[in-house]
Amino acid sequence: MSRENSFHGPLADPAADAGHLGHPPRMGFFTDTSVCIGCKACEVACKEWNNVPEDGIDLLGMSFDNTGMLGAGSWRHVAFVEQERPLGRQDAGLADLPTGPSRSEAAAETVSRALPVAGRGGGDLGTAPVHLGFPSFELPGAGTGAQGRTEFRWLMSSDVCKHCTHAGCLDVCPTGALFRTEFSTVVVQEDICNGCGYCVSGCPYGVIDRRPDDGRAWKCTLCYDRLRGSMEPACAQACPTDSIQFGPLDELRERAARRVAELHGAGVPEARLYGHDPGDGVGGDGAFFLLLDEPEVYGLPPDPVVPTRDLATMWRYAGLAAAALLTAATAVFLEAGR
Amino acid sequence: MPPAEFRSYYGRPVLKPPVWEWRVPAYFFTGGLSAGAALLAAGADLTGRPALCRVCRLGGLGALLASTYLLIADLGRPERFHHMLRVAKPSSPMSVGTWILVAYSPGHGLAATAELLPAALRATLPGRLLRAAGRPAGLAAAALAPALASYTAVLLSQTAAPAWHDVRKELPFVFTGSAAASGGGLGMLLAPVAEAGPARRLGAAGAAAELVASRLIERRPGLVTTAYTTGRAHRLRQASKLLTLGGAAAALTVARRSRPAAAVAGLALLAGSVLQRFGVFEAGVASTRDPAYVVVPQRERLAAAEGERSGR
Repeated sequence: MSRENSFHGPLADPAADAGHLGHPPRMGFFTDTSVCIGCKACEVACKEWNNVPEDGIDLLGMSFDNTGMLGAGSWRHVAFVEQERPLGRQDAGLADLPTGPSRSEAAAETVSRALPVAGRGGGDLGTAPVHLGFPSFELPGAGTGAQGRTEFRWLMSSDVCKHCTHAGCLDVCPTGALFRTEFSTVVVQEDICNGCGYCVSGCPYGVIDRRPDDGRAWKCTLCYDRLRGSMEPACAQACPTDSIQFGPLDELRERAARRVAELHGAGVPEARLYGHDPGDGVGGDGAFFLLLDEPEVYGLPPDPVVPTRDLATMWRYAGLAAAALLTAATAVFLEAGR
Repeated sequence: MPPAEFRSYYGRPVLKPPVWEWRVPAYFFTGGLSAGAALLAAGADLTGRPALCRVCRLGGLGALLASTYLLIADLGRPERFHHMLRVAKPSSPMSVGTWILVAYSPGHGLAATAELLPAALRATLPGRLLRAAGRPAGLAAAALAPALASYTAVLLSQTAAPAWHDVRKELPFVFTGSAAASGGGLGMLLAPVAEAGPARRLGAAGAAAELVASRLIERRPGLVTTAYTTGRAHRLRQASKLLTLGGAAAALTVARRSRPAAAVAGLALLAGSVLQRFGVFEAGVASTRDPAYVVVPQRERLAAAEGERSGR
């Protein structure tokens, strides 16, 4: 087996690279956000099936998103983005009505002012309770006079662990608690994890986190137990619009390419895939997305790179620095005359 | 620098800020201090400087014990520390570092124990054996000390935190320089002036390396440098710079003549090293808390790649 490419770049078979023989095909998610209706059934189904504990019941002021972020207690997270522009060729019929600015931007402002002073700068979202100044006593629209009516679209997207081809969390885990399954997914073994916290900083997507009360790291397992029982993951099964599609990754990639072409034809030129490309910085995601705006609008990094890509460079420079230290420590004794 | 234009999800961080707290930078400092002290102790042992050798072995042991405690106490499940020892994983700097620490500790521990031997036991056979083992044990520790001092830079750089990952070439020199400066500082603080020459020179050389590498980080182009040049990280590193510079200058001048001056200079180098570690740590944390540090450089990278493609 060639180890040449296992830290970065395209990799056809991550499970084989991890040593699995005669394994099933690589399984994954294709989340088509263009049909997400924001029902959060995925969040609920995930919590129920995986027995994920409550992580703070907050009103966050991020539109209808009261989860905020993926974390140790949220393995699916539905993002809600409010934008003052039409969706596709949709006509909201507002042209002749007295219009003004909506409250979305004011609410977003309140949130972004509160985030820097929240726990871990808002990084506690999805893991622990976070207060961002909501609910407030101010009436909607009170700041702008008459309630505004403008062009409006909602972007909704169910985020999840990407199960990267080259997973930063897996590479840095010093105990072997994180491992690559026969389905090429990435899973934490809860009886091994000693809570060192390295994976939290190793993930270029901000997915995995440590539970404060329990001390261990937790994230989506792509329902490893259900996969082994030939069932589809709980979130995909619960999704009423098939926004979350589960299956062999090759098949999902083909289906996604067709869907993008279809949307472009239907007048939604902003539709694009995210995480589908094996040539990207993480070697492609096992869970990828169809988005209707730039990734950062949904809280996703536009060009993530697995930190392990630079492993050789880092050790080379560390070796140089170590050699310099040894040389200096020897040299200071050679001038012993003084 | 004016705030860069970028889009985000309600200004929320893209990355998870580290769950690590003060124990991790404190671990980097104590590990580096132990490494610097072990190198000085070995040299002092070979060149007949018993007092310098003794303080470095004992000080280095204290730092090693503190460092091991900090490493374990920072875990979410400290009682599972030994799970680190069930694998040796080259892709994880923390695994590599754990094994470096495991290899380094017995040698340094044995050498320091030989120093602690009460006079009554020195003449006995076990006592004589232990003292005879002191030198090879100390040399073995010194051989591994540079690895102990430098791996922590790789540990930080192999994260998604932009301020740690982007300085992967400079950081090993900051950390080994800081380790040498603190080791030299320890020798100056505790050993008599007559024997502390190598400690003064190592302290000054380490300080110089640390200051130069640190300056290189501050001069890097791009937004991520701002994490080092603003806020708490900046204040900590400014204080570190002044203490390190002052300590190094004193090491080469007044510390050669006066014991109190040597002690003050040694303390300044030690404090400078502590603050450097905390400063670097804070810069990394700050770079994960603000989505600009993630989104802006990645957008620039994509635009550059796009420009290259269309240019052809």
